[in-house]
Amino acid sequence: MKKVLLFIWLLFYVTSLAQSEFANSQIPILKNWANDYTNTLTQSQLSYLDHNLSIYYDSTSNQIVFLMIQSLNGYPLETFTYETASKNKIGTKKNNNGILFFVAKNDRKMRIEVGYGLEGALPDALCSSILRNEVRPYFQQSEYFEGVKAGIDAIKLATKGEYVAVQKKRNENGIRGLGSFFLILAIIIISFISRIGRGGRGGRGGGFIFFPGGGFFGSGGSSGGGGGGFGGFSGGGGSFGGGGASGSW
Amino acid sequence: MKKGLLISLSIVGAIVIVLLILVIWGVGVYNNLVTLNESVNQSWSQVENQYQRRADLIPNLVNTVKGYANFEKDVLIKVTEARASVGQIKVTPEVLNDPQAFQKFEAAQGQLTGALSRLMVTVEKYPDLKANENFLQLQAQLEGTENRITVARMYFNQKVQEYNTTIKRFPAAIFAGIAGFREKQYFKAVQGAETPPKVEF
Repeated sequence: MKKVLLFIWLLFYVTSLAQSEFANSQIPILKNWANDYTNTLTQSQLSYLDHNLSIYYDSTSNQIVFLMIQSLNGYPLETFTYETASKNKIGTKKNNNGILFFVAKNDRKMRIEVGYGLEGALPDALCSSILRNEVRPYFQQSEYFEGVKAGIDAIKLATKGEYVAVQKKRNENGIRGLGSFFLILAIIIISFISRIGRGGRGGRGGGFIFFPGGGFFGSGGSSGGGGGGFGGFSGGGGSFGGGGASGSW
Repeated sequence: MKKGLLISLSIVGAIVIVLLILVIWGVGVYNNLVTLNESVNQSWSQVENQYQRRADLIPNLVNTVKGYANFEKDVLIKVTEARASVGQIKVTPEVLNDPQAFQKFEAAQGQLTGALSRLMVTVEKYPDLKANENFLQLQAQLEGTENRITVARMYFNQKVQEYNTTIKRFPAAIFAGIAGFREKQYFKAVQGAETPPKVEF
């Protein structure tokens, strides 16, 4: 009799587990490198970011994914980004080199979630500094595309060279402190240069010339293809440990 | 005579086969439990690492804040005290089998969490401290570490759940008791994380 009761209890237990799993179905499954559920960015801006991140993955094997949503509706930011990043398995299984750059537009909250393998290249303090000093100034002016672009550029600079397609051994610990100092310096300099260069809007269109046709991805260079035009994003099995930083504007 | 021998032989054979199956099954169950037990221990060491990382950040943080004139001394003292009491608790994997020791550990860490969040609230009153880049970086590191702790605890709970369900389930339950696999402790849910996400796209 006891065993039967136990069995019944277990049955309930398992179904209740399945239900709590169901609650997670709100976590989005990301199909593109750059995802905007708010229609803030234009189609060409989105596909520019998408292409940019896709190329970056190809040359470094780091997976950076951008996601913007309307509102979290009170759900904890860090839990949401961790679950989204883990569920989509951003990053490769071997290097755990995934990054999720997340923006909740109406909440005015943002976060960079960093995979295990990149915590050395992109420590929390650097993430926080990127959000505060690179992204926030643009977001405060409602210049979302510029802010996102500045954020992604800074992340790319910080993570470049940490892992290339073939894994390299990381530097000795002593050098890393100095290295991150130079990285911050480089980010600041680059952002200054790009801020100056951003005067002419035509410059952005020129950016596409560098990535002609997406021949690697078989998209045939369709310019109106939206975010998904470049073969799309698919997770490589990376895992996350809660690294990164949050910010607001 | 021959018939009797045949019957008794086949009975012995059947018993041997049943015993063999039992032994093979037992080895499988045992190995599975050992694997689960190890994964619990491994995820526990993650939790410990992150708590240690937090404790290591505190002296730096306290020193930075201390430099500011008339900063509330008692808030800082609470943090330092809580850190000291956390440091006194010896943590071994055996803690997981001992509800009392586990609760003590959790209470001490919880106290430190409370003291730190009070410190962060107090900081709001000091605009120049909040503009200090050094402090902001420490704050980011602390927030990051708190978040890592949350993740490590969550992962640990998942592993414990797998383990506990396995040792309580029939038929492995019979075996687990004999082999000395006991139920392990969970962390309590972190506030706010239990509400399901309602996200607007």
